[in-house]
Formats: sequence, C-alpha cells, structure tokens
Amino acid sequence: MIKQWLLTIVIFGPMLGAAFIMTLRGRTDQIAYSSRCLALITSSIIFLISLLILAFFEQDSAKFQLVQKINWIPSLSSSYHIGVDGISIWFVMMSTLLTPICILASWEAIQKRVREYMIAFLVLESMMIGMFCALDILLFYIFFEALLIPIFLIIGVWGGVHRFYAAFKFFLYTLVGSVLMLLAIISMYCYTGTTNLLTLMQTRFLPEMQTWLWLAFFFSFAVKVPMWPLHTWLPDAHVEAPTAGSVMLAGILLKIGGYGFLRFSIPIFPEASADFTPMVYALSVMSVIYTSLVALVQQDMKKMIAYSSVAHMGFVTVGIFTMNIMGVDGSIFYMLSHGIVSSALFLCVGVIYDRMRIREIKFYGGIAKNMPRYAMIFMIFMLASVGLPGTSGFIGELLILTGAFQVNTWIAAFTASGLILGAAYMLYLYRRVLFGKLENEQLNILLDLSPREIAMFTPLIILILSMGIYPSIFTDMMSASVESLITNYKAALNENAMSNLTAG
Amino acid sequence: MYIAIVFLPLISALISAFGKNKLGDKGAQIVTCTSILIVAILSTVAFWEVALNGQYQTIKLLTWIKIGSLEVNWALRWDSLTAVMVIVISVISFCVHLYSIEYMSDDPSIARFMSYLSLFTFAMLMLVTSDNLIQLFFGWESVGVMSYLLIGFWYDRSSANAAAIKAFLMNRIGDFGFLLGIFSCFVIFDSLDFNTIFMVAPKMANSTFNFLFWKNINAVTVISIMLFLGAMGKSAQLGLHTWLPDAMEGPTPVSALIHAATMVTAGVFLVARMSPLFEFAPEALVVVTYIGAATAFFAATIALIQNDIKRVIAYSTCSQLGYMFFALGVSAYPAAIFHLVTHAFFKALLFLSAGSVIHAINNEQNMKKMGGMWRKTPWTYVMFWIGTLALIGIPFFAGYYSKDTILESAFASHTGGGKFAFWMGIVTALLTAFYSCRLLFMTFHGKSRINHYTFKNIHDPSPIMLIPLLVLAVGALLSGIIGYKYFVGTQMHVFWGSTIKILEEHNTIKAAHHYTPNWVKLLPILVAFIGISLAYIMYILQPSIPNKIKNVIRPLQIFLLNKWFFDELYNYLFVRNSFRVGWLFWKTGDNTIINGFGPDGISMVTKWCAKKVSIWQTGYLYHYAFAILIGLVALISWQLAFGS
Repeated sequence: MIKQWLLTIVIFGPMLGAAFIMTLRGRTDQIAYSSRCLALITSSIIFLISLLILAFFEQDSAKFQLVQKINWIPSLSSSYHIGVDGISIWFVMMSTLLTPICILASWEAIQKRVREYMIAFLVLESMMIGMFCALDILLFYIFFEALLIPIFLIIGVWGGVHRFYAAFKFFLYTLVGSVLMLLAIISMYCYTGTTNLLTLMQTRFLPEMQTWLWLAFFFSFAVKVPMWPLHTWLPDAHVEAPTAGSVMLAGILLKIGGYGFLRFSIPIFPEASADFTPMVYALSVMSVIYTSLVALVQQDMKKMIAYSSVAHMGFVTVGIFTMNIMGVDGSIFYMLSHGIVSSALFLCVGVIYDRMRIREIKFYGGIAKNMPRYAMIFMIFMLASVGLPGTSGFIGELLILTGAFQVNTWIAAFTASGLILGAAYMLYLYRRVLFGKLENEQLNILLDLSPREIAMFTPLIILILSMGIYPSIFTDMMSASVESLITNYKAALNENAMSNLTAG
Repeated sequence: MYIAIVFLPLISALISAFGKNKLGDKGAQIVTCTSILIVAILSTVAFWEVALNGQYQTIKLLTWIKIGSLEVNWALRWDSLTAVMVIVISVISFCVHLYSIEYMSDDPSIARFMSYLSLFTFAMLMLVTSDNLIQLFFGWESVGVMSYLLIGFWYDRSSANAAAIKAFLMNRIGDFGFLLGIFSCFVIFDSLDFNTIFMVAPKMANSTFNFLFWKNINAVTVISIMLFLGAMGKSAQLGLHTWLPDAMEGPTPVSALIHAATMVTAGVFLVARMSPLFEFAPEALVVVTYIGAATAFFAATIALIQNDIKRVIAYSTCSQLGYMFFALGVSAYPAAIFHLVTHAFFKALLFLSAGSVIHAINNEQNMKKMGGMWRKTPWTYVMFWIGTLALIGIPFFAGYYSKDTILESAFASHTGGGKFAFWMGIVTALLTAFYSCRLLFMTFHGKSRINHYTFKNIHDPSPIMLIPLLVLAVGALLSGIIGYKYFVGTQMHVFWGSTIKILEEHNTIKAAHHYTPNWVKLLPILVAFIGISLAYIMYILQPSIPNKIKNVIRPLQIFLLNKWFFDELYNYLFVRNSFRVGWLFWKTGDNTIINGFGPDGISMVTKWCAKKVSIWQTGYLYHYAFAILIGLVALISWQLAFGS
C-alpha cells in the first residue's frame, strides 16, 4: 500500500506544503519567516520520505517500480501512471535534495514576496518529481509544461535587472520546443490510440514517421539540454535568475533534456536515433569546444558558469548517443554530478553576490584572504568541475569518454579537449576572483561563510566525494535499467536490419 | 603497515587542515612531521621486505568502478619499483617537512602549507602504489593539483598564480594524451589492471586498430606514445617543459620536493612501470630516446646563462630528466630509476641549499646579487659542493654511478637513437659541469655583490634546516655506491624480479657490462673536469671573460636568455588565439548570429509585422466597410472567374 502511494506522496507533498503557506496570515515579516520555515520543513520531510524510494527500490530489476496506475482520461485512454526505474530514480532524488538547499540559499537573499517565492519553489519541486516519474506521455507533457510556470515566475519576479528579457526568452524558447513535442504526442496518439509510455515503447513506428517524431522530440529536448546552437537562452536565464533559480536550472532543468533522450527518443524511435547519431555527435562536440572558448572570455561569473554548463552537457549528449553501457551510465552519472557541482558553483557565486550585489569578475580579487573557508569550498567544487579524479566529475567524464572512444576515436579526442579548456576557464576564474592581491577596498568587509551556508554546502561536498570515491552505490542501481535500454535498442536495430534484408 | 604508509600523510594533512584552531601552527608542524617520519621508517621496513626479500603483494581496498567489463579497484601494489619510489618519496618528504618548519616560519599560513605538503605526499604515494592505470591517473592528477596549489601558495603574487595555472594546463595537455592512452588500452586489453595488461601485452604486440588519422596502426605503439605524452607533461620534456622553470615561483621546499625529487619524476616512473608494454613498442622507445636526449641538451643550454639561482637548478632538473628518459628509451629502465633515486637526493639537496642561501640573504634569488659568502655559510657551502659534484658526476658521488650507467647503456644499444643520445649526453655533461660550477662560483665566490648591511648578518641556518641537508648529503654521497649493485649491478635481476621487463635483445645494461670501451667510461669524467675548469677560469680567474663572450655571441645569448622563445610561441599560437576565438564566438557567434537570426530576430520580425498589421486597425467604421466591400467584390469575381 505504502509502496503504491509513495511516489504520489513525494510528488504532491510539496504542493500540500505550498497550500499551507498560502493560508498563512499575519504581519508581512511574520509571514515571510514562517513561510521560509514551512518551506524548509516541507522540503526536508519530502527529502526524507524520498529516501524510502531508495530503500524500496530493487536494483536488479530493470522494470518500473513503485508503480501506481489510476484511470484518468478514459476517452483518451490516458491514465495517471507513475513509477521509477534505475534511470529516473536518481533524478527524483536530485530534485528532493536540491530543493531544501535552494530554500536555505534563499533564506536571506530573498526579501520581497517571500511567501510567493516559497510557493513557487514547492510547486516547482512537485512538477519536477512528477515529470521524472510520469509513465504516461500526456502526463509527462503536462508536468513538463507546468514546471515552466514557476521557474518563469522565479526568474521574472525575483530576478536581476534584465529579468523580463531573460524570462521571456527562456519561456518562448522552451515553448517552441514543447509545442513541437505536443504535435508529436498527438500524432503518436492518433497512430497508436494510447498515451501509455510502456505501450509506445513496444510500438514500432514507420521509419518515415520516426524521423519526424524524433526531430520534434529532439528539438524540444535539445533546447532543454541545451545543445548548440539552441543554448543562448541559458546564459541570460542564469544571469538574471536569483541564485536558487540558477541552482534549479542547472541542477534539474538541464537534465530534462538528457532524461528525455533516454526515456523517449531512444527507446521509442531507435532507428531514427541511430540515423541521427552523427548529427548529435557533431552538435555535442561543437557545444563542448565552442562554449568552452566562450566561457573563457566571460566577464560575469554566473555567465561563465552557465556557458560551462553548456559545455558539460555536451559531454552528456555524446555519452547518451554512444549507446554502450559505459557511455550511457557515464552520462547519467555525469548529469547527476553536474547537477551537484554546477549547483554548488552557482551557490558559491551566490555567496559573494549576496554580500556585494556584483557579479563582475573584475570587481573581485584576493578574497581568499578574508574568506579562507569559502576559498577551500570553492576550490573543491572547482576541482570537481574540472574533473579531478576522486570527485564525481571524473567518473562521469571517464566513462563517457571511454564509451565514446569505443565508438569513434575522433569524438573522444574532440570531447576530451574540453577537459583542457575546462581547466583553463575554471582556474582562470578562480584566480581572478579568489587569488591575487586584495586591492578593492570594498571587499574588506566580506565575511566568511556563515553556519547556514556551511550547512548548505556540506551535503554537496559529501556527495561529490562519495560519488567520486565509491560510485558503485549509484551505478549499481542504474545498471539494470541501462542494460535493458541498450539491449532493446540493439534488438530493435537488428530486427530492422533483418527486415530490410528480407525485403531486399 | 602497507596501508598506513600511504594513508598516514592523508590523515595528518586533514588533521592539520581542519584542526587549525585547536592545534595551531606548532601542532600542525608536529603532527605532519611525526607522521611523515613514521612513514619514512615504515617504508624502510617495507623496502626491506618487498624489494630485498621479494615479498610482492597487492592489497585491495575497495571496488572503485565496476561498469560493464570495466573493473577498477582502489588497491596498493607493492613490488620493487613501488618500494624504491616509496622510500625516496618518504625520506625526501620528511626532509622537506622538517626543513619547512624554519624556512616558512615567518609565513602567516603555516598550517596550510604543512597540510598541502602532506597531502602531496599522500597523492604521490597513491600514484606509485597503484595497481591500475586509473588509480595511477588519480595520483597523477592529484599531485598536479597539489603542485598547482603549492606553486600558487603565495596567492597574492600574480606571477605565482600565472605559474600555477600554467603548470596545471601544461600538465592537462599531457594528460589529454594520457587519457587517450588509457582509452586505447581499454579498447585493446579490455582491462586497466597492470597484471592483466602485462600478461596479455606479448600477445597483443601486433594487434592494430584505427586511431584518429591512422588506420590499422599498431595498438601497443599508440598506447605507449600516448602514455609517454602524459609523462612528457608531468616530467617537463621538450615541448611541454615550459611550466617547470616558472614553477619556481613556489616556496623553495616545494621546488625541492615536487619539482625536483618526486612529482616530475612520475613520468619516468610511469614508463618504467609500463615497461612490459613499451618493450613491445620499439617505435615508441625511439621517440622516447630522441625526446629525452633533446631535452637533456636543450635544457642544459638554457641553464648556462640564467641568473636566477632556482631557475638554473630547475633547468638542470629538466635536463637530468632528459637523461632518465633516454635511458628508458634504450630499455635501460633500471638505470633510469637508479638515476631517479640519486637525482632525487642530490637535486633536493641542491634546492634546499639554495633555499638556505636565499633565506640567508632576504629572499634574493638573483645570482648577480650574491657572491663571496662562502666563509659566512660554511655548512651550506659544503652541502652545495656535495650536491654539485654529485650532479656533475664526479667519481664516487652518487650521480657518477647512475649517469655513467645511462651513458654506457645508450652507447651499448648500438642504435641510431642510442648514439644520438650518447653524444647528446656527453655534451650535456660538459654543459652541466659548467653551469653547476658557474652557479656555485657566482653564489659563493668572487667579490660580494650583496649590500653591506645584509652581508653582515649572513649566517648558516639553524640545525632544524641543517639536519635535512645532512640527510640528503649522505644520500647524495652514498646512494650511488650502495645502490649500484642492486639497481644495475650484479644483483639487478634479483632486485627487480618481475617488476621491470626487458626483452633479451634490448638488454643494454647487460650489454654495457659485457663490453664497454674504456674511452666511453672515461669521457664523461673528462668532460666534467673540462666543464669545471672552464667555469673556474671564467668566473674566478678572469671574471671579465663572460661579458666579452656575451658581446660576441649576442644573438645566441638572446635566444638562450629567452629560453628558445617557447613561451612567446605558445602564447602567440594558443593563448592569444583561444581568447580571440572565444570573443569571436561570443560576440559574433552568439550575440549577432544566433540571437540575431534566432530569438531576437524572430521577436523583432513579429513586432514589425504586428505594427504593420495594426495600421489597418484604424477604428473608423468606413475603413472597415470599405474593406468588407472590396473583399466581397474580390471574392465574387474569383468565384465567377474560376468557380465553374
């Protein structure tokens, strides 16, 4: 019983908390304080409950687990159908982990409309978890679209100076993508008469149709990843979003694209995926090199990290489309790692932004002197981002590149050049912000990390190191699902080749 | 015990880093020094058990990565090569720890420094004890990071920061090759464990695969060359060497430990470790030989005219590493490791002595501002002589045994590369003798160029700094005589056991033992004395000669002074262009093209259209009525014309 309802509780629990916050009455500052507390409590409880998902999960099975299915729109034969497998479970965990951290990060940074902000975050959490759990494509689409609303508000209301431009750019970009996806979903429904994901995975679409459907889905997910040249919304959105918004963008929203490829594009359209693989490789390599070089010349800390995210996601897309165990495992692992590391880097930027309200790199310099703890923590995250062995980033990069090397040595070599560039821009950033002489007198007032900030970083550091030193905890859980994904894909391709042979 | 050796430094580093408030600087020094002392003692025991009594073992700690057919463990592999490296690392690390107590006593962040040193020691030990390529890479990158942090230890100096980043990036370029080597290894051997690779290597000697441009290229050769690329980065070989001299921005103890004795020799260690693979890649060995020999010569030429005391020693390190590499290239792996050990002692000695000189004269590093101080600092002076003589390779000092073995093996290999390396080695020996003595004479002899006030206060350092010097001096004196028998002498095969593999037809050390002409044995000593005499004439008897020569060979001098213009070339080719292309992509690519034709463009077009269309929305009834009428007429006409 509990198993059946567990996911539903995790999905809608945050909404419940949001509803509580909505009913708060009193003076503005009281409301602000209690909604902060309530939001933190809700999200922490949800995180604890979500640990049960891990406990109940059987890692040897590739099937969807903790499944719940309730009839929803019978006329469309759509149902409220949710469940997790080895791929989605970690994304759910990421969402439940990052939300309380985000709320901690916004504790002092957000002073206006605190209640609404907290509600937006909790709703966002609900939508994200729902999206990762959905096993009905219509349900997925609804969550997928609905989560745009809170993040749009978070950027548009609590963002920086150019927040409207950024928010609209982000919204329209993703909307164009998702409209195409909606069309694809409708045509799939017309073809099969169902929106159930499991049935769709069994369906063999005609090659012609696959191509178009694949492209529609690809466009939508490529915007989310984001892949070059659809990436320009990301730097703007990151720069303008409040710190916690950036964390959510980098930590979860960018992962939707990769998750979408693994959940929809590859299993439902295997032939089309195989046909388009060279294009994906080309775009990914372009992403890695192009955006790394752009990151090198940025003058705004957040923008630089945003561009670095694009480059890192290039690794992920390479890994996914290698379609061997190492590449796919690696890219899932790398998504998790990047979710933590880049979130942490945005939080790091947030720490000094909260104090000085300036993101210009030039403004800073030498602050390692009065913020030694901050310097150490930033160093750990920077090294994880650079992919130092022993941190999570390395395992992901290693697996992806090994997978890619087996497919094509050129892809591996080009992608690996991102490691050199990545080290260049991260070290260059660190040097300009933390090292050097403390020349700017305004920086003398900077205080080192507060206990709240340390509490926010500690779980992230523990995760990064444990993922780097003993990654088996994570990879063991996903391996069964990934293996079955790859076997099905290869089987579908073989079948296709056979039928072509007999036809010919 | 074997686990404690590796992890004690980590624990002490963590204690001194996080217990800063409770322990204070003193506490950090005590904790790190004691733990490294214990490690040094334990590693002597380990050396006895493993290297001398042949108790090889692998201790598995934890499964690291297990995905598909890739299985990698955290494990400690103990064999002769490991034991040799561990004892060198721990002894020198202890000396440096002890030395730093006084050397860094005025620094505000002592605890941080000590914990960095210990952390580095841990990383280095992980590197040498690994039993697979990935753990080796872990150690490899970690020592790189520690080197980055220690070079940039004084982070408020911008030159130190620049040097630190440069070191990290140059190493990353090498690592790029290293990683490709690891991937190729995995593709060919389906495993990254040393045992598996070494066992399968002979069978795979002729296997081929497609690698970048090359179709059906010999896989073992590719793997070896790619791994060597990594080694070139770490060991500052020609092309990827530019970071090492700049790395001297770090505190001197760091230069001694990391940039002379241990980390930079990791590349040599890697090739020696992978000897069962390199033996089947003769082409790769030829590459190693040529690059090693070229580096030895190239770095020595630059060392001739540098004026910064530490930079001279740094270039000398670079040049000595070149010796080690061409020894590896002619399959004289034991000789390379032998030289690694002796070099570790005498080069650390030289650096630490240079450190006490620098310490004595208020952090001045320019030799033009030294001189005549030998009476004031007799101990340091003697230590410097021991180090210098060992470096030059004067008989009975450590360097003599190892360097001569290398040169003899190169001669005995009877290949083109071996000949080239031998003659390069001889010329380099001459240059080495010259620049080392020039360094010594300029620092300690002649008329003092130190300002009067400082000169009065010059004195030898206290015992805490002298003890490490003495320990290293003993090493520089005795490690050659004692080690010769085991490393490359009669006991060689027993000592190395199965650790190092040399194909019978490549065994140049054996060939050298068998027959070496006498002139080959004497030539290195002869050139060494020529070098010393030249330096003596030019810097003590007739100090005016150097200036005269300088005027004659002005262009050559500029060429050498600018270090063959490598930095300028790299800066021009790579650094500037990266930034330029970055700007281009950002401003033109992203902002003008993608945004212009993409979101901004579309929204502008939409707005423009909306504006144009909205003109029609005038609000006047007769406009609408007119439009309706026109529309009606048009529709009816169309119906009449085409309807039937």
